[in-house]
Amino acid sequence: MGSFKKLIRLSENDNVLVVCCNIEPGEELQLENVRYVINEFVALGHKIALKDIAMGEPILKFNVVIGSAVRDIKKGQHVHVHNIKSDFIPTYTIDNQKS
Amino acid sequence: MELLGYERKDGRKGIRNVILVAYLVECAHFVSSEIAYPYKKDGVQVVGFGGCYPNSHASKVMTQLCTHPNVGAVLLVSLGCESFNRAKLAKDIQASGRPVETLVIQNCGGTAKTVKKGQAWLQSTISKLMDTKRVKIGVKDLVVGTICGGSDATSGITANPAVGLTFDKLVKNQAIAIFEETGEMIGCVEDIVARAKTRNLGMEIQNCLNKAARYYTIMGHGSFAPGNADGGLSTIEEKSLGAYSKSGSAQISGLIKPGDVPPSAGLYLMDVVPDGEPRFGFPNINDNMEITELIASGCHLILFTTGRGSVVGSAVSPVIKICANPDTFRKMSDDMDVNAGKVIESNVTLQEVSEEIYDKIIETASGVPTVSEKLGHQEFVIGYKTFEPIGPNCLVG
Repeated sequence: MGSFKKLIRLSENDNVLVVCCNIEPGEELQLENVRYVINEFVALGHKIALKDIAMGEPILKFNVVIGSAVRDIKKGQHVHVHNIKSDFIPTYTIDNQKS
Repeated sequence: MELLGYERKDGRKGIRNVILVAYLVECAHFVSSEIAYPYKKDGVQVVGFGGCYPNSHASKVMTQLCTHPNVGAVLLVSLGCESFNRAKLAKDIQASGRPVETLVIQNCGGTAKTVKKGQAWLQSTISKLMDTKRVKIGVKDLVVGTICGGSDATSGITANPAVGLTFDKLVKNQAIAIFEETGEMIGCVEDIVARAKTRNLGMEIQNCLNKAARYYTIMGHGSFAPGNADGGLSTIEEKSLGAYSKSGSAQISGLIKPGDVPPSAGLYLMDVVPDGEPRFGFPNINDNMEITELIASGCHLILFTTGRGSVVGSAVSPVIKICANPDTFRKMSDDMDVNAGKVIESNVTLQEVSEEIYDKIIETASGVPTVSEKLGHQEFVIGYKTFEPIGPNCLVG
């Protein structure tokens, strides 16, 4: 398992990558000769930015738009509910629950 | 492997020989459970509808479950004053050739007397059902449904696309395969519509998906749980993309509604979102409501993919659980039939996992219990819904 890659790009045009195991802060990952410095914990299956993404830009995974950035995202940063949003129905989490 | 099914008098062929104790209102649920409890190992299971008000969808689902190919006999348990049309249900079950008995608690004299009568009926029926005729069946006789529950970001990378490949093989081998979750196809609409066998069916599917998107928007809540986000899914589009991959790549032969049994081999989409203005709340309150509806449309077994780790099974039809996430599999392997997460961690391919799922279908159809069956899982729920019948363009001949 140690030799197995920790990052995958699901489709050619994607601007996010998927991590294949839990990544600890400070880890450096490499894919296709590009290095990514990860400064936060990123769990298995979660996404990181393949390159800098500007606020409002669409997020592409499997070459399909899965939402858009609500703030600028730097290359290597965790891409999730804190920095992207659905273009259809808002995502519900326990933290944003209206009481 | 040679498969032997149970032949029913109406000609349908099952892979299990279940006796149902069916309550017709929540007030008869406890009594039904008491009747069934000592006979769980004999294949006696409890299903039912909790509502006291009438609902045509609930009646249809109950009728289809009580005459399901996996079901051999039915004991109906009524309190006595609910609005469920018990006489019609009993008549429909009888017309299918299955033994049926109705107990009305208010006429039997209460809990203890009803339990005693019910158990006496079960005892004689269990021995009768042992003589059910066995017939050879093949993959072409199977109806297989799929659902994902407790999805995370691994679901769409491992288990769901593997099920998609299994679905392709089932369709190629003349089985009926059904997918659903029309509330989880947001962002995938163009692709789905293009897979319809006819242009008119494509338009029906388009309308069905528009209806789902509108319904969920009015509800103000997508088909999305907090655990999905914890597992790395950020938006409903992302979840949809993964969910949709379970359907594989075959052409779509029809659009059905819960309780409609597809007429011939092929891939079908089940529309689970009610017609008309929202009246009874969320379309599907949990995974088991969708599983129940798939089974009402004839599914002999269900392929259930999970990333976060669901433990559920179902009444009536076995559930095969396919775990997408390797960490979850390590924690919950006792609840899983297939480990699809190894696609992420090793050189095992999606194709190889899909073959494993296919083999598990054959094994389960041959009578080997799935993990959730062994653990005794028999979750079940029917809700209030309103549906119009499907239109003439929904089934392609």
